[in-house]
Amino acid sequence: MAKRERKFIVEKTQTPPVWARTAIPLLALIGTFILTSGLLLWSNANPFEAYYYFLFAPFSSRVSTLEVLVKGTPLILCGIAVTFAFASGYYNIGAEGQLYAGAIAAAWLGVALEGLPAVLHILIMLLGGFIFGMLWALGPALLKVKLAVDEVVTTLLLNSVMLYIVSALLNGPWRDPESGWPQSPEIATSAMLPKLVPRSRLHFGFILAILFVLVFWYLRSRTGFGLKMRAVGLSQPAARFAGVNIERTVLISALVSGGIAGIAGVVEVAGIQFHLIDALSPGYGYTGIIIATLGGLHPVGVAIAALFFGLIDTGAQTVSRALGVPVYLGEITQATMLLVTLGMLLLQNIRIRRA
Amino acid sequence: MGLIVEMRDMIKRFEDVVANDHVDFTLEEGEIHALLGENGAGKTTLMRILYGLYRADEGEIFVAGERAPIHSPKDAIARGIGMVTQHFALVPPLSVAENVVLGFTGGFRLQRAEIEERVGQAARRFGMEIDPAAIVRHLSVGEKQRVEILKALYRDARVLILDEPTAVLIPQEVDALFETLNRLREGGLSVIFISHKLDEVMTISDRVTVLRDGHVIDTVQTAGTSTTELANMMVGRETFGVTRQQESQKGEPVLRIEGLCADDDQGLPALKQVNLTIRRGEILGIAGVGGNGQKELAETLSGIRKPTSGAIFVHEEDLSGATPAACTRAGVGRIPEDRHAGVVGELTVAENLALEHLHEFIQRSTLDRQAIHQNAERLIEAFQIKAKPTDKVRTLSGGNMQKVLLARVLAREPSILLAPQPTRGLDVGATEYVRTQLLKQRERGAGVLLISEDLDEILALSDRIAVIYEGEIVGELAAEEADLERLGLMMSGAVKERV
Repeated sequence: MAKRERKFIVEKTQTPPVWARTAIPLLALIGTFILTSGLLLWSNANPFEAYYYFLFAPFSSRVSTLEVLVKGTPLILCGIAVTFAFASGYYNIGAEGQLYAGAIAAAWLGVALEGLPAVLHILIMLLGGFIFGMLWALGPALLKVKLAVDEVVTTLLLNSVMLYIVSALLNGPWRDPESGWPQSPEIATSAMLPKLVPRSRLHFGFILAILFVLVFWYLRSRTGFGLKMRAVGLSQPAARFAGVNIERTVLISALVSGGIAGIAGVVEVAGIQFHLIDALSPGYGYTGIIIATLGGLHPVGVAIAALFFGLIDTGAQTVSRALGVPVYLGEITQATMLLVTLGMLLLQNIRIRRA
Repeated sequence: MGLIVEMRDMIKRFEDVVANDHVDFTLEEGEIHALLGENGAGKTTLMRILYGLYRADEGEIFVAGERAPIHSPKDAIARGIGMVTQHFALVPPLSVAENVVLGFTGGFRLQRAEIEERVGQAARRFGMEIDPAAIVRHLSVGEKQRVEILKALYRDARVLILDEPTAVLIPQEVDALFETLNRLREGGLSVIFISHKLDEVMTISDRVTVLRDGHVIDTVQTAGTSTTELANMMVGRETFGVTRQQESQKGEPVLRIEGLCADDDQGLPALKQVNLTIRRGEILGIAGVGGNGQKELAETLSGIRKPTSGAIFVHEEDLSGATPAACTRAGVGRIPEDRHAGVVGELTVAENLALEHLHEFIQRSTLDRQAIHQNAERLIEAFQIKAKPTDKVRTLSGGNMQKVLLARVLAREPSILLAPQPTRGLDVGATEYVRTQLLKQRERGAGVLLISEDLDEILALSDRIAVIYEGEIVGELAAEEADLERLGLMMSGAVKERV
């Protein structure tokens, strides 16, 4: 049984070269393009043209450029929320439900506290959203810390529970008395987030999102809690051995994660919709997981990934309008992007050299 | 007698490390050939290539004079090569007979009585005392090893590779193993015996091949050599000069353990009524065969395993059930048994060095990164760690990783040092370094608890030696009274002394 001599050796390496790490986003983009172009051709669209609309057309006008930031706002917040939990090894899949918990707080406080000065009103609403998000995250977090119940299952299942709660609210006590639509009454003017640019949808929530990126960056790399959090996430035995209180660290990051997702809900209600509706989020909480992963659990990476997804979301609408392809192509592109990137991340640890 | 195995010019690389560098090796029919070398010399790699677990980058293998490409253990077994590794590949709930025929059954139906009969016959033929109906889980380590050997022989092995077979055995079991091997050799079997223990190699082998840093140093007839000559070939220099100087200044007790009990991960009792006292300025060695409660003892004292009953007093302060952080505060320096579980590989050397005492590096709720960096530079210099503060710990060698853990602990001048298996898997240089550090702590006046499976290490360093067997301290002696035979008897549970 004479086998052909192998000329190359494939082996694993723990230290990928710098060029590989920097080239990955670009290669992932090219890979995504190749994989999705078949679908585009099938929809009778020219893939190059489609990608032009995806990636460049949103920058052709001021309004659509700002729209990228508008779309990016909840994505940044959800990405940071998920990252906060993932960093300490707690897999919070429940950002979607926590977002709606925050949105409920905003819809309630936004109406109930009518008459307060705007600054105070908005502050209370944000705080309320944070607390509601935290409370919705509390159950799974306690179950995890005290009884080691898998948080992936519990947080995921609670998302459906929350959707039904929202649906019950909107079809019951909060149904709009005037229109009869399943949407909550409009929040007070004092509760609406101020616009950053006139005649656009860009609102104060974007500043808030960037603020959370900065705060998280500081917390993660400049505080003792951040280092403990990363140690717990990277190696629980080592962290435990060094005397880090694992339960406390995990509990805190799980709750803060829920709180930030709650803020995302507040921002969508108080900055964009002004009502609670059951289509408030097209899965921002889930997209947040993709963004956290693509962003490498680093705040700056998360912000970039979120804005990139905002770009694709905006572009998808343009593509669909200009070329008549379904708007879902945006989501397909995002999902393909994740898979390709994850594949690339595995590949970067494999080295091929001459025998 | 002809050559049964010949390996020519074998080269095997792992990333940038050359584990086997142009290695030639021959095995004659009916000989026991020892492969001798330090940890990391390339012995196991070479044999894993022969057994098809690794693929060599270059080189050729001949079995019984025929060129034999071996790509998997299946190829090796087909050519009559069997291997017994340190970690047994046995299914504990199955019987001896079922384990032996596993993967080699032939036919669809499994006739329990028939295979037991066949395996029993094979055992008798090879002169091995084994009950084929016994459940593997209930066997001692020595018996399990015998099952592994029988498994290889049952598959018509003409060549048997044993990877450090004595590492897990007590001295009496070693004798039994050697008897078996001698008998098998008379029956024409060829054995490759991997070891780093000189006296064993002198006792059992016909020829010795010494490996060092992936190179063959020499192959010699055992009868024509000596332990000193072999030792020099192994390390190229005098080694293990690190021993305890006589008489230290023993002081008051620093650690007192009373009636300590703890469970293992399965919830079964692992420590039974352990009583120990460690004084200032002494090293208390805990000897024992692995898996007799050493891991649980170290973890309980480190605060990462909760005792079920009993008390741990540190300077008369009760620390039973305390958190790891409380143990550290009380002056207990802890090195983890598994060093990979003691460092966060993805964090930097500097961050790992600070992790245990983070509160000291925080100023106005912000990490003082400069202080963390300076702390790391100071410790890297003081403990000769070959790394930069910004290197990720996972890129370090085992020895340097251990130095990071030592540095983190010893920089605090702890009054008690817990050192479970502190030199396991380290090369000669790092081992010497760690042992020197332990003795330094003793001179400084710390009480050191040294848990080790390496009896030479225990004997070289300890002032007193306690033996642990099945979770109990079965004996305690002063270093002067201890010798290998006496400790061996106690480690096997046969003798209890002064409990």
